Amino acid sequence: MKMDALWLRARVIKAIRDFFWQRGFLEVETPLLIPANAPEEHINPIFALPSRQLQTSPEICMKRLLCGGHHKLFQISHCWRAEERGSRHLSEFTMLEWYRVDFDYQNLMNDCKDLLQHVSAICLPDRRSYRHNGLHVDPFLPWQHITVQEAFLRFGQVDVLDCLRKGCYEEILTGVVEPALARFDSPVIMKDYPVELAALARTKPDDPELAERFELYVGGLELANGFSELTDPIEQRHRFEEANTARRGAFQSELPLPERFLEGLATMPPSAGIALGVDRLVMLTAGADCIDEVVAFTPEEL
Amino acid sequence: MYTVADLKKGLKITLDGDPYLVVAFDFVKPGKGQALYRTKMRNMINGTLLDRTYRSGETFEPASLEERQMEYLYKEGNHYTFMDQQTYEQVVMEEETLGDAKNYLLENLKADVMLFGEKAIGISLPNFVNLRVTETEQWAKGDTSGNDSKPATVETGYVLRVPPFIEEGELIVIDTRTGEYSTRVKG
Repeated sequence: MKMDALWLRARVIKAIRDFFWQRGFLEVETPLLIPANAPEEHINPIFALPSRQLQTSPEICMKRLLCGGHHKLFQISHCWRAEERGSRHLSEFTMLEWYRVDFDYQNLMNDCKDLLQHVSAICLPDRRSYRHNGLHVDPFLPWQHITVQEAFLRFGQVDVLDCLRKGCYEEILTGVVEPALARFDSPVIMKDYPVELAALARTKPDDPELAERFELYVGGLELANGFSELTDPIEQRHRFEEANTARRGAFQSELPLPERFLEGLATMPPSAGIALGVDRLVMLTAGADCIDEVVAFTPEEL
Repeated sequence: MYTVADLKKGLKITLDGDPYLVVAFDFVKPGKGQALYRTKMRNMINGTLLDRTYRSGETFEPASLEERQMEYLYKEGNHYTFMDQQTYEQVVMEEETLGDAKNYLLENLKADVMLFGEKAIGISLPNFVNLRVTETEQWAKGDTSGNDSKPATVETGYVLRVPPFIEEGELIVIDTRTGEYSTRVKG
């Protein structure tokens, strides 16, 4: 079984690579060991050396490449997040990220659709349906779009901002909203997150409380997170500092800021970027309900 | 003291004064959100299942469970008394807690009793026990009815199906995991 899964994994990764090569993207490799990740309240990096952490995402280095004049970039790399282990989480996992200049999050949604259709046509036995928890999800059907506010109201009869204030956002999202999203037979885009849930995203021009961020769900499984990039260095520094303040309040260590990224941000062209969990895409392709089924070794097997 | 990082299948914790066994566990973390630890637990006294979700920072008391070999002494109404042969300490278990184990309890039987603090909450028996047949019908020679088993009562009062050749007064071996006849003890 695992051998089949590894073949499928290799085919999915090759299909991803072909997809971006065919569209003229530059495949890059950036260092995995970096002085600073983007500080986030709920993501803990692993420190490999006193002044070096393993990347939690390749975003910092990839955005610096955008400032350096590159316009279409993608990378498939390993990322590490401390203490994350579950049926859909590995502390070391594989991430696909891609970035485009003169793009916004709406354009990225189209990329997602093209990519999921491409991978399904090459890797799936029926050339169509991803599977999760016994459900079939067809990327060739019209995709569903719903804002976060609509989703919380429609599926949970609650206001998302209220949930954030009362500290029950995660419970409603994972207990009520995500199971409801699992009932759609097409992929679902959930979009326009409250700005406090989008540390590096640009706000909507008509509503500064909402960020141009979206999540892609397939069969209720969170697959990708994309947004229009924030390019204001002052605002970005302010949000990083807020994340550190929140960490202090939760008795978490403060994290160093990615200073060179902040220095270069003023020269970053308008762009959009997205991170997609490759292990999870393989899970959907294999119809696997647990991430353990699609990796060569789990941490416990080492 | 356990933290959420210790949660896994098989962990035993104390919750609202009762011991619970974690039977299912998952780590859930929405993008940019806080981690949740979702558990399903079984109450080790009454068997009820409980779903609980925790956040990081929460802590748990371990369930102080101890298994001790004890000897079954006697029954009084619905209460069964066991004694630790080393310390002469006695514990009482209710029929409801014992479940099917009551079918095999013969005075002086040794069994492992699970203790939660002072309270006996379960028992593990040997896989096989020998019990004497106190009542069963004679097997009529030449019976062609095709029945390959008949009911028999053993000395604890338990009734089970045995092969037709078993007679009253014989000692038989019963598998305590299934409650079924296993073989007869010769001699």
